[in-house]
Amino acid sequence: MMVEIYSGPLDVKEILSKWLDEIDGKNWGAFIPFVGIVREEDDIAALSFDIYEPILLKWFEEWQEKAKQRGAIVKMAHSLGDVPIFTSSYIAAVMSPKRRAALTLIDEFVEDFKANAPIWKYDIVDGKRVYAQSRSTPMIGAGLLSKKD
Amino acid sequence: MVKIEFLGPIGKETIELDAKNLSDVASELNKDKNISIWLEKSAVALNDTIVNSLDLPLKDGDRISILPPVCGG
Repeated sequence: MMVEIYSGPLDVKEILSKWLDEIDGKNWGAFIPFVGIVREEDDIAALSFDIYEPILLKWFEEWQEKAKQRGAIVKMAHSLGDVPIFTSSYIAAVMSPKRRAALTLIDEFVEDFKANAPIWKYDIVDGKRVYAQSRSTPMIGAGLLSKKD
Repeated sequence: MVKIEFLGPIGKETIELDAKNLSDVASELNKDKNISIWLEKSAVALNDTIVNSLDLPLKDGDRISILPPVCGG
């Protein structure tokens, strides 16, 4: 199973409905989605995203493996390009036979996503696309090529 | 020759360099101030795998990606 990447805002109801169908009848006790919604602040009309897919897929495969070791499944959908305020750009979910494993995993998964998934965010203000530098986090290992002297 | 690609907001075209290892790449890229300001906070991937050592030998056709600070979601 792959990361689902959609152009523009996510159709939350359709994506969650599809994911629920995948575990229908499996006797799994927990389905824990996180839906990220673009907030209205600082006069933005939308957020916009760039994604580097090859590394995002590797990152996600590692998480699928971690989830599998705990008997769970992780799911993820993300937008590419512009996403207007009040719509969704990101959905993560964990499915598991047991509640406790899923609650722990969704927290770790979403936090690591924020820090290490190769996705770049921009604010759309007055028609301009401005990199959200102050809200961005250097990835693990950042600075390798920086001059040390 | 190795290819260097600058991802996300760096906004610079891919370049090609002669380099034996990542230290050579670092020396070359740090000559350009518009690039070096990104390097201190950017991660580095070699052929789509994040790397953590400057000593890695490079071969012809290798692809190096510079990944600036991220913010998904």
